[in-house]
Amino acid sequence: MDKILEVKDLHVNFATYNGTVQAIRGVSFDLNAGETLAIVGESGSGKSITVRSILQLLAKNADIAKGSILYHGDDLLQKSEKGMDNIRGNKISMIFQDPMTSLDPTMPIGKQVAEPLLIHNNVSKKDAMARAEEVLRLVGIPNPKARMKDYPHQFSGGQRQRIVIAIAIVDYPEILIADEPTTALDVTVQAEIIDLLKELQQKIGTSIIFITHDLGVVAGIADRVAVMYAGKFVEYGSVNDIFYNPQHPYTWGLLDSMPTLDTSEANRLNSIPGTPPNLLNPPKGDAFAPRNKYAMEIDEEEQPPYFKVSKNHYAATWLLHPNAPKVDPPASIKKRFEKFKQLGGSVK
Amino acid sequence: MGVKNNMEQIPNVPKEKFKLIHDENNNEQEKIGTPSLTYLQDVRRRLFSNKVAVVCLTLLSIIVLISLFAPLVAPHNPNAQQVTLSNLPPKLGNLNIPGFNGYQNMGGKMVDAYKQAGASKDTFYLLGTDYLGRDLLSRIIYGTRLSLIVAILATLVDLIIGVPYGIVSGWKGGRTDTIMQRIVEIVSSVPNLIVVILMMIILKPGLGSIVIAIAITGWVTMARLIRAQTFQLKEQEYILAARTLGESSTKIATKHLIPNLSSTIIIQTMFTIPNAIFFEAFLSFIGIGIPAPNASLGTLLSDGQKAFRFLPYQMWAPAIILSIIMIATNLLGDGLRDAFDPQSDD
Amino acid sequence: MAKYILKRIFYLFLTLFIIATLTFFLMKMLPGTPFSNQNRMSPDQLKIVKAQYGLDQSVFVQYVRYMGGLLQGNLGTSFQFNNEPVTALIGQRLAPSMQIGAQAMILGTVLGILLGAVAAIRKNTWVDTLATFISILGLSIPSFVLAVLLQFYLAYKWHIYPVALWDNFQSSVLPTLALAALPLGNVARFMRTEMVDVMSSDYIELAKAKGNSSWKVVTKHALRNSLIPVVTIIGPMAVSVMTGSMVVENIFSIPGIGEQFVKSITTNDYPTIMGLTIFYSFLLVVIILIVDILYGFIDPRIRLGNGGKE
Repeated sequence: MDKILEVKDLHVNFATYNGTVQAIRGVSFDLNAGETLAIVGESGSGKSITVRSILQLLAKNADIAKGSILYHGDDLLQKSEKGMDNIRGNKISMIFQDPMTSLDPTMPIGKQVAEPLLIHNNVSKKDAMARAEEVLRLVGIPNPKARMKDYPHQFSGGQRQRIVIAIAIVDYPEILIADEPTTALDVTVQAEIIDLLKELQQKIGTSIIFITHDLGVVAGIADRVAVMYAGKFVEYGSVNDIFYNPQHPYTWGLLDSMPTLDTSEANRLNSIPGTPPNLLNPPKGDAFAPRNKYAMEIDEEEQPPYFKVSKNHYAATWLLHPNAPKVDPPASIKKRFEKFKQLGGSVK
Repeated sequence: MGVKNNMEQIPNVPKEKFKLIHDENNNEQEKIGTPSLTYLQDVRRRLFSNKVAVVCLTLLSIIVLISLFAPLVAPHNPNAQQVTLSNLPPKLGNLNIPGFNGYQNMGGKMVDAYKQAGASKDTFYLLGTDYLGRDLLSRIIYGTRLSLIVAILATLVDLIIGVPYGIVSGWKGGRTDTIMQRIVEIVSSVPNLIVVILMMIILKPGLGSIVIAIAITGWVTMARLIRAQTFQLKEQEYILAARTLGESSTKIATKHLIPNLSSTIIIQTMFTIPNAIFFEAFLSFIGIGIPAPNASLGTLLSDGQKAFRFLPYQMWAPAIILSIIMIATNLLGDGLRDAFDPQSDD
Repeated sequence: MAKYILKRIFYLFLTLFIIATLTFFLMKMLPGTPFSNQNRMSPDQLKIVKAQYGLDQSVFVQYVRYMGGLLQGNLGTSFQFNNEPVTALIGQRLAPSMQIGAQAMILGTVLGILLGAVAAIRKNTWVDTLATFISILGLSIPSFVLAVLLQFYLAYKWHIYPVALWDNFQSSVLPTLALAALPLGNVARFMRTEMVDVMSSDYIELAKAKGNSSWKVVTKHALRNSLIPVVTIIGPMAVSVMTGSMVVENIFSIPGIGEQFVKSITTNDYPTIMGLTIFYSFLLVVIILIVDILYGFIDPRIRLGNGGKE
């Protein structure tokens, strides 16, 4: 497979009134052509900051302290502002969370969709508008020709998100970053948008980085999943690895708190107790330890390295150390392990 | 993915480190990292970390203190005339500081105006005297005091009318609100200054009239802001809860509304004060404000303007004080708004 | 939209009617009369003069007459100034006031927009601090103080502009500058707040994510969105310029309506005071109406109705 993006050991800090917040503390991943990588985590875990770093769309008080972001081997962090402008909206584009506020309220939507084309390609305004119309049809805006001149407030939330998607794909980007594109939408509309993204991916062959706090959304769209906690990836692997052979207690917690069809047995949802750590003073050891039922002494002293579970499946938990005691995962997780065996995997 | 090199080898960690620590009872979870500040502490912290606001607050405090203790601070009686010593330039003791040495340009030559006027050697006026030989410094101190009194009284009347009006209008809603808003609309359809002038023509000139004239239009802005805010607050969960629990309207107003409106009130007050000072100065400047012989910043400016060409110092001093008060209150208002509204904090 | 405008025009006339009524009765409450300092008049003479102005009739009759006159665009007759009709007085004096008023509004608004935009773009830098300082000065220093200072330095000391004269454009420069300070400060502050808000909005981030350069983000998206609300403060500002011009016209001896107003106050010329009050109010409500309608046309969210489903 073709690696098109490689993020290596990314560290991002934010200067705040109270001190430096270490929002991203060493994140590494790569992205292959045509695949979908999902990054899952609670709000504040740093998933949004991670992808914004790729396009360098961070707040002014942010500082990318360390690391590199290689796009076809070219470090984006070394690029000039102008160099980045040529990447944004052209090679790598982004869909934002809230469609109600993502569109310029005083510009007709046709113009907004055509804008990336006019910026990056030497096309006439007429051609750009024609292409915008075509893309609007592609994303499912009915009667696009007539609606090109309409303003954002004349569309519903779901339609607006389709328009935002149209803006993102109008210039056939190689990478599409979707930052919680469905969070602000109704459940039924959510499913439509996910289907649209899948469909578009097949049509134009773009890679997608999909950010969400909702594991349920992930299963339908992702090839690989990374679970993020307190500015770090705690576990990553294929969708099957994460869903049916999870190793990190945090992933267990996330899966355990997910409603499934057979949740009815006890009729309750579990939650992960406690709150994420304050990244102003990140803990010395494992950041999840205070909330972790299975925390060990070593967790408070040293951050766990990534242990290999299988090919392309890694988890940062001391539980995978050969010296660690055997723990008893939650019942719902054990069920998942069984399913994994049925799928032909080997459970540790 | 990317970090393979450091995970192929498993670190060597002794076995005893792998003891589960909180088996059943997770008691440490709810610890909160940083000590939390109360809202008011937070407001104060933000205000005092704003250097501009602190400087303005200090300046205003000094000005207020001086006006408060005017009789003790002022070197002379502000209304005592000494016609022989009229229009003397500023002089600071017998120190020979240019501009403050009592010399004046007369027909192209610098002349010691004090000597010419026959003043005794140790007579000096820090900011000079006016056309009736009154000490300008003392007049400015008393004038500032009068202007501040007018401003504070007018602001108080604003509060007394505007806040309840806004609360009632916003809280009752419906027909009451429509009628009350129509009244507000009509009052604000006449330029403020014209209403103020009309009132001044009708009322007898004097302090009370100025306060009434200024307040008669001033409360409108306050009422509008308070109404809008009350409208929003009314829909807040905790107010709804209080209403559902059957608390009386007055109790809700005093216990829930006023505390939550206080930031709006304080900030708006900071903008009402310079406005009132401006109106007073304007009225006195066109000659229908504070009657002679009392001084206000406006009358001093008006007097100063008449002599400005030849004796610019008579205008400069009140102009500077007036501007400082206006600038400082405006900036302090900004500072307070930023302090009360953390969203504009960055 | 048409219905909305008609409704607004109806309220405009209702408001003006109430203002005219209030002004009329306020004037009737006035203590002095324009004749009180003319002791030379005998009671008989006074009676004739009063009859001449219709002051011998009951207040109600006077009121009906006055309102009837208003409907025909007659604002009454001045007691002073050769018994000229107030409308004629205003007519002669309108042009200079309008000229300096318009010049000051345009200058102040344009400079204020630039200043506010620059401050917002360079937020929290020395540029921002300087711009904020300038706008605070503009807001805080009363126009008449500024007028006197300008007159002293630029006209009296350095002879760049005439001291007090009204003939050509040169003579309108200083009053324009003195009056432009307030709109400049107001617009700059408002613009900065709006633009800071807009710059932190999601659609600006999206504009950046499209690959727009920072400059283009500002010119193509941020400016238009921050300019629209600025329209709303033009009305109130026009009023401050209008009232500010009363003193400024006096200082520079400009034969405008502001100067006339102040003169009428000092001479107890009620019909002129009354007429000018109504005239000023008329200007104010009309300007505010125009600005509101204009706003509706500029902002697509209002022009096209709130058809969204939120």
